[in-house]
Amino acid sequence: MSLRVSELRVYYRTLKGDVKALDDVSFTMRDGEILGLAGESGCGKTTLGKSLIRLDGRMRHMGGTVELDGRELPIGDDRRMNEFRFHEVSLIPQYSMSAMNPTRKIGKMVGELLRSRGVTLDRAELESRLDLVELPRTVLGNYPIELSGGMKQRMVMVISTLLNPSLLIADEVTSALDVSTQKAVAKALTGFRDAGFVKSMIFVTHDLALTSRIADTIMVMYAGRLAEKAPAGVMVTAPRHPYTKLLINSLPEVGVRYADKKLAGIAGSPPSLLDPPAGCRFRDRCPLAGDECAQEPPVAEVEPGHFVACWKA
Amino acid sequence: MRQYFGRKLLVYGLTFFVAVTINWMVPRFMPGDPVSSMVARAGVSNPGAVETMRTYYTNLFGFDQPLWKQYANFWAALLQGDFGISIWVFPTPVSEVIMGAVPYTLGLMIPSVLLSWVVGNWAGAFAARRKLLDNTVLPVGYVLTAMPYMWLAVLLAWGLGVVAGIFPVAGGYSFSLQPSLSWEFVADLLHHWVLPFLSLFLVALGGWAIGMRNMIIYELESDYSNYLSALGAPQRLIRRYAFRNAVLPQITGLALQLGVLVAGALVTEIVFSYPGLGSLILKAIQNQDFFLLQGTFMFIVLGVLIANFIIDIVYVVVDPRTRAGMAGAQA
Repeated sequence: MSLRVSELRVYYRTLKGDVKALDDVSFTMRDGEILGLAGESGCGKTTLGKSLIRLDGRMRHMGGTVELDGRELPIGDDRRMNEFRFHEVSLIPQYSMSAMNPTRKIGKMVGELLRSRGVTLDRAELESRLDLVELPRTVLGNYPIELSGGMKQRMVMVISTLLNPSLLIADEVTSALDVSTQKAVAKALTGFRDAGFVKSMIFVTHDLALTSRIADTIMVMYAGRLAEKAPAGVMVTAPRHPYTKLLINSLPEVGVRYADKKLAGIAGSPPSLLDPPAGCRFRDRCPLAGDECAQEPPVAEVEPGHFVACWKA
Repeated sequence: MRQYFGRKLLVYGLTFFVAVTINWMVPRFMPGDPVSSMVARAGVSNPGAVETMRTYYTNLFGFDQPLWKQYANFWAALLQGDFGISIWVFPTPVSEVIMGAVPYTLGLMIPSVLLSWVVGNWAGAFAARRKLLDNTVLPVGYVLTAMPYMWLAVLLAWGLGVVAGIFPVAGGYSFSLQPSLSWEFVADLLHHWVLPFLSLFLVALGGWAIGMRNMIIYELESDYSNYLSALGAPQRLIRRYAFRNAVLPQITGLALQLGVLVAGALVTEIVFSYPGLGSLILKAIQNQDFFLLQGTFMFIVLGVLIANFIIDIVYVVVDPRTRAGMAGAQA
């Protein structure tokens, strides 16, 4: 078992009270697994990704544990967590376009970063990885502004995975890219996993179609909770949770004209996480909601590897 | 690269031309007549002699010619390095009067501008993101930067000069001494230099510290800082990058502030009767001395332009993005 997250709670401190962005989330990941983490904005997917590497100033670890390769990650302790960052857990951030210091040559910056982590730069290794993502070796002598968006994205991918971390968190890495670059990035990520540069990967995205291509398992979150987790193929063809069903139904299909057939969405909007309602958090928008939904549904394994948190599943 | 500096030089040339023209115009549009005041100062009562003196001076300074011709003559003389003859200390050439004052002004300006910039940046960077320091440096910075130069100068002169009696409050050196290269004179010079320097240094310091603190905080919140933190890079490295990037706007700020700083130095000199360009300007205005006023302003304009040009060059050296931009413009 590569990663084991148990009953993780991470809240945002705000003036109005705690926003329960991550409320009692548990799941596990195998070695070599790519987990697609999907859901609409504000469902807690980015919070989960961040929690595993670095909580920002407003986030508080309120409970639960994270275990990576048998060692517990001290996610609430910024200082102790440093030991694990980059070596064990690494991140490809949402903001790859601006993730590199604009006034340092890329090669120099990488060297300084590695030295500060007590590692000497293996030039040959770095260059072979540049080849792998089809970046010319000369980029190391360039400043970040001299690279295109897609090149910066790939450069950051190379930097983040340079120390062969056990867990890589790719946070919305394809959101700012066009479709053909998205494909290249997705290919590079699976390539990294296959080459053994990263043991397992969490691919945070709101793009279900892309996730189903590269992920082994997909986890859908809703309002800070796990809604459904299943192998990618099962999730797309036979989802059990009503939210997942609606989410997949609301995806546009290539070749279908929507002029005469309106694209179905999900009525309503997610509940406020400042004071979430008791019971199932999807109840107000759910077409199947019944009396039992006033109780919080437990996460149940309906089939091997297929977890659903719904009374009706 | 050549195109960039060519364009810069053109802009500086234009600025110089406009500044010189304004320089020439301003004293001539001031109320009053310098020749009359010179004649009056001579204290001659004979009307015939007064008339002769008037014609002599008018001819000498070229005031009898039409304005456009005066303007043309002015440029011709200027290009030969001739600033004319001072009216106030007639018949000393203006260039000589200015050269006597320049060392005092430069000796005051260069250390106060550079030291306040360096110390201010350092203090601001140090205070950023450290609660306790931030809560002290920031208010002190605001108080300092909000102070008018001359007011702080008066406060210092009163506090450290009159009440405490540690420093002299006026002059560039003691009147009992003659300028010479002796230890005694140099020590006396430094003793007189401290208060004007301190007033300039302190006011500028506050502004730089506040600016730097804000820039550093901005840089520490930036994406590259967050990325480095997520990869566990030590604060030392992140702060070093942040400092380096935050200094860039401060360099631009220095270029923009130079004019203001010069003006501040002039007023400070007047408060301390420091024998630099500021006191000279005051004397020139009081005595309707067109030529001295022109000459002093010219010197200041040149100084500010040269300093700005140096900063332009420094900027190209420290910010790779300007170099990249230039390469792009050439292609």
